[in-house]
Formats: sequence, structure tokens, C-alpha cells
Amino acid sequence: MSDRITEKLAILADAAKYDVSCASSGSDRKNSNKGLGNTGNGICHAYTEDGRCVSLLKILLTNFCIFDCAYCVSRKSNDIKRAAFTIQEVIDLTINFYRRNYIEGLFLSSGIFKNADYTMERLVLVAKKLRTEHKFNGYIHLKTIPGASDELMMEAGKWADRLSINVEMPTEKSLALLAPDKKREDMIRPIQFIKQAIIENREEKKLFRSTPRFAPAGQSTQMVIGATPETDLEILFLANGFYKKMNMRRVYYSGYVPISNDNRLPAIGTPVPMIRENRLYQADWLMRFYKFEVSELVDRQNPLLDMDIDPKLAWALRNPDLFPADINTMDYRLLIRVPGIGIRSANKIIAARKFSHLGWDNLKKIGIAVNRAKYFIHDGKNFENKIWQPAQVKQLVLSGSVSKYKPNFSPQLKMF
Amino acid sequence: MKTVVYDGSYEGLLTAVFEIYEYRFNEAVIQKKDQVTTLLFGDIHEVVSNPEKSERVIKRLKEKISKNSLKQIFTTYLSEEKNIENSLLRYIQYVMRSKDPVDNDYSNPDVLVVQQMSRKVHREKHRMEAFIRFQLTKDQIYYAIIQPDYNVLPLISKHFEERYADQQWLIYDVARKYGYFYNKENVEEVQVNFSEGVNDAGNKHMIFDEKEELYQKLWQQYFSSVNIAARKNMKLHIQHMPKRYWKYLMEKKVT
Repeated sequence: MSDRITEKLAILADAAKYDVSCASSGSDRKNSNKGLGNTGNGICHAYTEDGRCVSLLKILLTNFCIFDCAYCVSRKSNDIKRAAFTIQEVIDLTINFYRRNYIEGLFLSSGIFKNADYTMERLVLVAKKLRTEHKFNGYIHLKTIPGASDELMMEAGKWADRLSINVEMPTEKSLALLAPDKKREDMIRPIQFIKQAIIENREEKKLFRSTPRFAPAGQSTQMVIGATPETDLEILFLANGFYKKMNMRRVYYSGYVPISNDNRLPAIGTPVPMIRENRLYQADWLMRFYKFEVSELVDRQNPLLDMDIDPKLAWALRNPDLFPADINTMDYRLLIRVPGIGIRSANKIIAARKFSHLGWDNLKKIGIAVNRAKYFIHDGKNFENKIWQPAQVKQLVLSGSVSKYKPNFSPQLKMF
Repeated sequence: MKTVVYDGSYEGLLTAVFEIYEYRFNEAVIQKKDQVTTLLFGDIHEVVSNPEKSERVIKRLKEKISKNSLKQIFTTYLSEEKNIENSLLRYIQYVMRSKDPVDNDYSNPDVLVVQQMSRKVHREKHRMEAFIRFQLTKDQIYYAIIQPDYNVLPLISKHFEERYADQQWLIYDVARKYGYFYNKENVEEVQVNFSEGVNDAGNKHMIFDEKEELYQKLWQQYFSSVNIAARKNMKLHIQHMPKRYWKYLMEKKVT
């Protein structure tokens, strides 16, 4: 029996790993019923050899699937081993991993068997049993199956911390090309539905504090990048729309890992576009935490992010008239935009400059990346009057750093 | 120059600070009892931990700095770094003599040291919360061995108490030779005498629950299955999971 469950785990974890979300934060379930577990800021309990965080038991209930999406390992036409967990098996794995401090909770997804509702019902049942029969207060992330009924979605949000529906492709055209069974509408509609349910739940909670929360960690989505010819402009504008209009907590960008000989897709052996994925995440961070507008990062003239420098540096180089600025007086909003200064250092600088004039020594000790920042700031005193040309700065910064992604530098994948 | 010697406890350290004020030592350094090098400093003043005196230091500090900064003093103390007592002493002296709160003055070297050291300790605390792996024993105790860089056990027990409220657990720091045991009601400090061969493979079935091995195997399987070989990046892997923690991580034991 133990061999069979090990094999199932191998198959169903392997199939689930292309979902990149591992977040276990954003919810604050307390262990108030003296049961098992709680949620908080989220903890990465391990890191895979590819350097990604492992915080959840991320598995499929089954990899049997009636759909045939070209980019997906579990597609109907793919000749692979199939397996299915029973509901009890998923529960036992979750509880036993959790008790040993291996994980923060469960991320459950599934191939679609029979139909959307039948599949969704089983995912919901796992979450419900964990919460009610096992007093489990750890993190639960459920994937919602496109086309599942509103009732099931409501039920899912009752037990889960986070719900997600992957839009899969940045544009409708690409989706139609690669996933003929799926419709964009089937994804956007539930995203809107969940957004609405979360808002209503919040309103209701204001009136009745005892109202149980609906998906307290909100919703997220994912798109595959590099499988289709979209530009970063299209990708980031879509992401921005999700953040602004759908209150999405996170958008994930999954660099396409070639898994198929389908001639609609990059061939097996094509490198994963890791550097591009990284730049997209950097841009995403700038939008969410550094108050950048998406149009400041990419526009019609520059639809692609620079591959050799990060988007923050790229932005600074495009705006030479704003720099160099005095570290002792500059506005917080500009301070966090200086390459080499992060939010934490910016806060420290703001706090420290109330006490005394800050010089280069202070900045170094505070922990900013002086090598990068020095072209954009001065301390007001030993003001070197040198005006740097953007191209010069780029050269200097690049020569001072080595990128781990060097072999992967190509602006966009060659498609075929 | 006075060398003020304390017993190594937090209470002792704060008592030392108190007495430096009480006896008006102008130039003083604090040292742990077992680290004193009498050759260097002739003039020694030994303090006896005193809860009243340490409490009075805390009370004064509360008036001067934020709750968070007060906690940083404690976490910095837990670093056990050589000479950290004197950074803390200078920090407290700076705080006491300033009229306005200065716990955010990062242009002062001691303020910065305390802030940075407490962050280091905090990071180690977080790593322990992540990397502790419990093994279930036959008598249904989830037990874990740790060997953290800093003395973080006092900082992590609350987290485990809240999270694993319905299971007995024991976390033991082998380097500092003490542990915390939770009996589903409260946490108590314990010393354990491990008998020889506790970790020998042959004895495992005597000590551990019959399902323990299965779940370790399943976890190892899971860990290797979620890896994407095409994206291998060992540098990043090791940066996140430094090698010194591997010996207590079952997923890193088999290769």
C-alpha cells in the first residue's frame, strides 16, 4: 500500500508543479479551537533545487483530464501515467505533513474528470473535511475549475484561504490556439464572481462580526509566458488590470517549460525563459510595492523589458533629469525609485536623516547598494559635479555585476 | 576601567547595566563570567542577577524607546556574539542620555548594530520555524533536534505552541543542551540525557511511530517530484537552505 501511495504522490506532485504559486500568506486564521495549525505571514519550509519555495503540499487530486490544452502535461492526448488520490488520502497526507512541520497547508488542484462541477465538488469536500472533521486551521488554496457552478464557488470560498483560476495565456488569441476546449469567458467570469463575493463578504462582516470569512487570502492567477508571442507590454497591462480592477492579490508568471513536441509550441530543449520571467516579477513588484505605473515600465515605444538590466534601473536611466538627487532631502516616493535602494533602506534613511546629516558612510552601513545607487544620489556636501550619461551608467553597472542568467540572454524566445 | 562581570542571563545583563549607573562607573565594559580574561583587566566588579534592578532598567527603557526596540535589545542579547553586551550597554547609555527617542537614529553605530544584529537573530528564528522537522515517537511526541546559530529557542516556542496546540512536542537545542517540551497545556524547559545510539538506523523502529518512516519517505518523494530539472539553480537553492542545516532535514539526507 505504501508503494502505491508513494507512486501516486510522485505522479500527482509532478503534474502540479507547473502551478508556480506557493504563497501561504495573507490570511490570519487563528488556532482558537485548540485544533491544528494557523496561518500568518507564511513560511517556506524548503526550497527545491531550482530555488523555488516549498510551503504547501501542492498536488492534483487526479491528472485524468478531458481537456487537451497544448501547454499542459496532463492534457488528454499526452501519453503519461495517470493516477487519482482518494479524498481521505489527500487529507492524511496534509495532516501528517503539517504535524511534522513540513508544510503550511495544502494547494489542491485537479485535472477535469467527468465535468467541472463533479471535479470541483471533490476539491471542496477535501477542504470542508479538513476544516470540520480535523479542525485544521492551516492554509488551503483551492484551484477553481473553469465552468463550475456559483454555489460550489461560494462553498469553496467558505473553507479555503485562497482561490485561483489561471488565465493561462495572456491573450484570447493564444488561448484559442493552445487550449481549444477552454474559453476566456469561463475564466474571467469566475474571477469577477469571486471578487464580488469577497467584497460582499467584507460588507457583511462589517455588520455582523460573526460572518465567516470568504477566501480571506483573496485570489490569484497565473499565465504562461514565452509559449506564445505576446510582448511584456501586453502581459503587464493585463496583470495591472487584474490588480486594479479585480483586486487580485497576486499574478504569477510561469516561464514555459517545454514539455511537448506540438509544433504550436517552442520545441523541447528550448531554454526556459527564466530571465524574462524574473524581469516580469521585478516589474510586478515595482507596480505593487514601489508605486510605479505600468506605463512607466513599458510603453508602445518600449514594449519589451530590458533583459540585461532590471526595470527599476531601466526606468531611472530613461529619466536622467530627476537625478542625481540629495539623499537628505529627497521625497520618499523618489527615494524608493533609486536603483539600489529598497523599501526597507528607504525607511531607514527617512528615519535616520531626522537625527543627522547622512553621508556615504551612513548609507553604506544602512545597507543600500552604493555601487548602483551612487549614480543617482548625492549627500549634498561632497557633491561631485559629474553628470553621467545614461549609457555610461548602464555600462558601469553592468561591468560591476555578473548575471547568473547570462546564457539565457535573448529578448524573446525564438518561436520555431 | 571597570570590568563588570555577569552570569550570562538576560536579567544579569540588565543588572550589570543598572549597577554601572548605580556605582557611577565612568568607563566600564561588561563581560560574561566564563569569558573573563583577568589578565587584561584588573578591576573587576561582579554582579548578582537581581530581578528588581533589571525590571527597573526595563521600566526606564519603556519610557524612552518603542516596544519593538525593547524587544530588539533582547533578541540582540540572544545572539551571544562576543562583546555584544558592550554594544547594548552603549546603546542603552545613548538612549538614556538623550532627551528624545533615538532608537531610530541609524547614524549612531550602536543603534545600527543592535538593529542589524536583532535582524540576524530574527532571521535565524524564522529559519528554525521553517526548518524544524518533527519525528513522531512511539509515545506520540513530535520531537525535533536543532542547532541554531543563535539562541533562538526562547523566541520560537510561542509559534509552535500556537500552531501545534493539540500535539505534544519537544524541541531540543543540542548545542546549548536544553529544550522545550509542550504537553498540550503549557511549555516547560527540559534537559534530556540522550542515550547512546538514539539516532542509529537500527534503533529507529524501537523509538519511532510505525508510520514515521513512511511519511519521511513520502516527504522525500514529494520534495524530489516538485523540482523542475530544466530550471536547476543550485546557488539559489543553497542560498535559501544553507548547508549547515541539512543534517536535520530529511529531504536533504538522501541524495
